[in-house]
Amino acid sequence: MTTVVVEALVKSAVLLAVLLTATAYEVLLERKLLGRFQVRYGPNRVGPWGLLQPLADGIKLLTKEDFAPAGADRVVYVAAPVLLMTTALFVYAVIPFGPEVELFGRRVTLYLADINTALLLVLGASSIGVYGLILGGWSSNSKFSLLGGLRSSAQVISYELSLALAVLAVVLEAGSLSLVRIVQAQESGWFVVRQPVAFLVFFLSALAETNRAPFDLPEAEQELVAGYQTEYGGFKFVMFYIAEYVAMITQGALAATLFLGGWHGPVLPPVVWFGLKVLAFVVVLIWIRATVPRVRYDQLMSLGWKVLIPVALGNLLVSAVLLL
Amino acid sequence: MEVLLFAVSAALSLAGGVGVVAARQPVHSALSLLLVLGSLAVLYLTLAAEFLAVLQVIVYAGAIVVLFLFVIMLLHARPPESRPSPVGGQWGLAVPLGAALWAGLSYAVLRLPAGGRELPPEFGTTEAVGRELFSRFLLPFEVASLLLLVGIVAAVVLGSSPAPPSVPPRSASGREEA
Repeated sequence: MTTVVVEALVKSAVLLAVLLTATAYEVLLERKLLGRFQVRYGPNRVGPWGLLQPLADGIKLLTKEDFAPAGADRVVYVAAPVLLMTTALFVYAVIPFGPEVELFGRRVTLYLADINTALLLVLGASSIGVYGLILGGWSSNSKFSLLGGLRSSAQVISYELSLALAVLAVVLEAGSLSLVRIVQAQESGWFVVRQPVAFLVFFLSALAETNRAPFDLPEAEQELVAGYQTEYGGFKFVMFYIAEYVAMITQGALAATLFLGGWHGPVLPPVVWFGLKVLAFVVVLIWIRATVPRVRYDQLMSLGWKVLIPVALGNLLVSAVLLL
Repeated sequence: MEVLLFAVSAALSLAGGVGVVAARQPVHSALSLLLVLGSLAVLYLTLAAEFLAVLQVIVYAGAIVVLFLFVIMLLHARPPESRPSPVGGQWGLAVPLGAALWAGLSYAVLRLPAGGRELPPEFGTTEAVGRELFSRFLLPFEVASLLLLVGIVAAVVLGSSPAPPSVPPRSASGREEA
């Protein structure tokens, strides 16, 4: 019993450290890549190739004044970023990074929990995360924040549906909601080959779920200053940002797990394959941000409700008929 | 361990219930409701109904209360401070009805045999719930889905404003079906 608890604690600590470091360097990667896409250098002053930039940013933000705007709902104002970051990190309890391995003479699974409702848990956590956006927008007592919060809730709720419908096709193929079983079912072939339509719907929904360009309406800076997080600063702002960038990694991890064969791959160790797939997904997300202009709000809504959901439903129906 | 979990989540759900009716801000009421629903999900977990617990979080906490908040924010961002309590006239009915519900539930709990029954290992998993839902409870399931369909149709009818008579060739409903 004690060893199980200790093992889970060690795994969680390692996971958190890796995840938060990856998030910090994801920001640097995005700034570097965006710089290159826009024919400039990007950050290159702090450390070699700007490698210490995330550290400098972190120290700067942590030492800023902790404030709340006048008329803000204090409790909710503080709770919103905490809620968003917690739910963003919570998902990693069920995401498998690799199979069982031999470490220090004992069998260790490279995931925290393998439960038979893992996929639903991931969807549930992301739907709880919406509260962070809405409450952050509402409690700031600012019209830009409120509009950003309303936009994000409408957007995230709409695209959650198409995301879930796309993912259901994978569940049909694998016959399980357990992420470990879904990865094991892809040993002979990735689901992106068997379910290309579902992958496309999943990809577009993931872009919208993470509030990334071209669907970054919740924080459209030309219209809303910075959306739901306009009135946030210092550490609370950091929490919002960590949640956003962790969400990108989460969607990459989900794409890898559900469609791209998870940890399966030749030659390299499984964990490295998983990391490479996630990295590729994140780079594509950044690339899209540098390439595609923002869509209009009504275009966003009609794409979600009139295109993605019917396509995902049709795909689910065809898959069900073919599989039965 | 289980008793501790039960005590904590039961206390939280009671606190949330009080918060729903006692909070002055509608948003705080909705958040208290969220607390109730979340602690209920934990209670389901202690009863080994994990599928139900996750569904509770997704459907109630993740969708319904979000929509509550959405509507509250759209309708009135800041309510006036001095407002007659909306539950004022309901106390007289609420107390006896609540007492009756409590008595009925206590009676049902006291009638249960002590010790309980041994559960099959697959109890509460997605497969077990799904099999029951689509075999033994198929009729109620279909009736519920029909009810939801009626609700959706009604929402569409209420939400679609009648088309102005001057633009006959492109009706809104005709375009969506195409």
